[in-house]
Amino acid sequence: MIEVRNLVKQYGDHYAVNDISFTIEKGRIYGFLGPNGAGKTTTMNIMTGYIGLTSGQVIVNGHDIQEEPYEAKSCIGYLPEHPPVYGDMTPLEYVTFAAELKNIPAAEREESIKKAMELTKIVDVQDRLIKNLSKGYRQRVGFAQAILGFPEVIILDEPTVGLDPRQIHEMRELIRSLGKDHTVILSSHILSEVQDVCDHIIIIHKGKLIAQGTPEELENQMRGAAMELTLKSDDPEKVGAILSAIPGAKNVTCHPAKNGEVMAELEPESKTLDLREAVFGACAAAGCPLLMMKPSSISLESVFLELIADTGAEKEINAAGAEKPEEAEPEQSPEAPETEEKGGDTE
Amino acid sequence: MKAVYKRELESYFNTMTGYVFIAIVSAFIGLYFVLYNLRMGHPYFAAALASTIAVFIFAVPVLTMKSFAEERKTKTDQMLLTYPVSVPSIVLGKFFAMMTVYLIPMLIGCLCPLVIRIVGTGSLVIDYSTILLYLLLGAFFISIGMFVSALTDSQVIAAVVTMAALLVIVIWDAITNYIPETPVASLIGFIVIFFLAAFIIYRTTRCWTAPALIAIFGLVASVACYFLAEDWFQGALGKLLAALSIYGTINNFITYYTFDVKGLLIIVCFIILFVYLTIQAVQRRRWN
Repeated sequence: MIEVRNLVKQYGDHYAVNDISFTIEKGRIYGFLGPNGAGKTTTMNIMTGYIGLTSGQVIVNGHDIQEEPYEAKSCIGYLPEHPPVYGDMTPLEYVTFAAELKNIPAAEREESIKKAMELTKIVDVQDRLIKNLSKGYRQRVGFAQAILGFPEVIILDEPTVGLDPRQIHEMRELIRSLGKDHTVILSSHILSEVQDVCDHIIIIHKGKLIAQGTPEELENQMRGAAMELTLKSDDPEKVGAILSAIPGAKNVTCHPAKNGEVMAELEPESKTLDLREAVFGACAAAGCPLLMMKPSSISLESVFLELIADTGAEKEINAAGAEKPEEAEPEQSPEAPETEEKGGDTE
Repeated sequence: MKAVYKRELESYFNTMTGYVFIAIVSAFIGLYFVLYNLRMGHPYFAAALASTIAVFIFAVPVLTMKSFAEERKTKTDQMLLTYPVSVPSIVLGKFFAMMTVYLIPMLIGCLCPLVIRIVGTGSLVIDYSTILLYLLLGAFFISIGMFVSALTDSQVIAAVVTMAALLVIVIWDAITNYIPETPVASLIGFIVIFFLAAFIIYRTTRCWTAPALIAIFGLVASVACYFLAEDWFQGALGKLLAALSIYGTINNFITYYTFDVKGLLIIVCFIILFVYLTIQAVQRRRWN
């Protein structure tokens, strides 16, 4: 569907995008993940033909975006980071303008305008000036423009920024439903969002592709096997001794909690080692009741931060490939706390 | 092109810009018409229209300043450039939209010769030809304003630079009169022009070979001509620059009723050049 080959975008000495290659297949939802300034927006701007590239190739549906821009752009609907809406128009005028610009045949025009506006729920504000609309509505008007005529590829740059939680939920539902028969590419710096919606995640950092794969593949790659325990005991040191004595356990830490309980954490020496039974046995033998045992959960965002901090040093990891990352930061899959409105990319 | 044209035209009338432009230009045309033709009894509307040139210097930049600068500021250019439309059709759509707004006060002005005809004797041919010439001049002014607007994302800068450029065009003859006539002055002038051209090409293309060749060719050719044909260099720079006088062409017609085909062709060429440069400026932005 879309093939990006050795894409490089250079501004002076600065590489905004540095040798990125990936393939987008039909009918899946892709997520671009990366911190601000990672190169997500630049990559999307190049894929949609907004800006030129220094070297490399982008092929959309068999058409090179540089050589055959008309054909390539016809297959793409793009919602940039700042919705490209004209303040002096109403949403209806704007979407009609977009339909004319997209050369949607006159016979289908009205129908597709109506459909796009209904899906994005902007019908009630269709006669107000866009400049008087709230950020959320403007975002939706921009979204309506992108899905208008249902192009084969829909590219969304941070589609949920500036929306309230309910709107974010609706937006994700909409993206999911679009993903059933379209290719959707969205970017985000919110890991949970990408994980929630996307079939395939591409992590970009400092202009380089550092990891890609399905959420499960990435999760396995990032998951460690550390666990958190709560035990009934007054003496953290004693608990520490019991746990340290378990063969294969390392990095044991204990600290007292209230009500005569001790919280402990430990890691197995290798990821494949399952220590649960050994821990249970050791605690029971020592007469130290085990109140809780669970795999450590740290937020997905911090795992992600860890990953980009570690792999910033020019290392490429492919989840499908053989190489595994060194960090054994454990991870479960709860929803990470959502941190909206971190501000846009600055590239 | 049609969609861009329609949107652009609507936007002039959704905001105040279109109305302000039409109101100011027609008001001044009407004022001069009353003063010159109705009060002072001048038989030609052409004279009244010629007196309004200062209004165009200030009004046309107001019309053109937002054409590309605003799109860039509000990032709506991101929509146009990622849609299946070519840059030339975007530029032409905007150009024709501005021409349409410009046309409206001119059409109102078309009534004036008829009024003169009713109350006295005038020449419809001369008056309507002048109006046509002012349409051409307007197209030229708009093409410059549009080009300047494509270079910046600040509407204020676009307006001020366009005003300065239009002012220079109108007082061009006065400036070229003061160019020294000695061959040496022409030699220096030509070399400066070639180096300036080379510099601009270098700035736009970031490529060394073509500008270097132009600069070397200019230097060699100018110096060679200077030694081989010194007579020809006498006042050559002044003559060349005077030949490019655009406002002079219009003024000649209004004052002496001479139809200067060469001058008209130069204006048309400049309009095409600036439309082309606007296309290039928009294209180039994508590569920086």
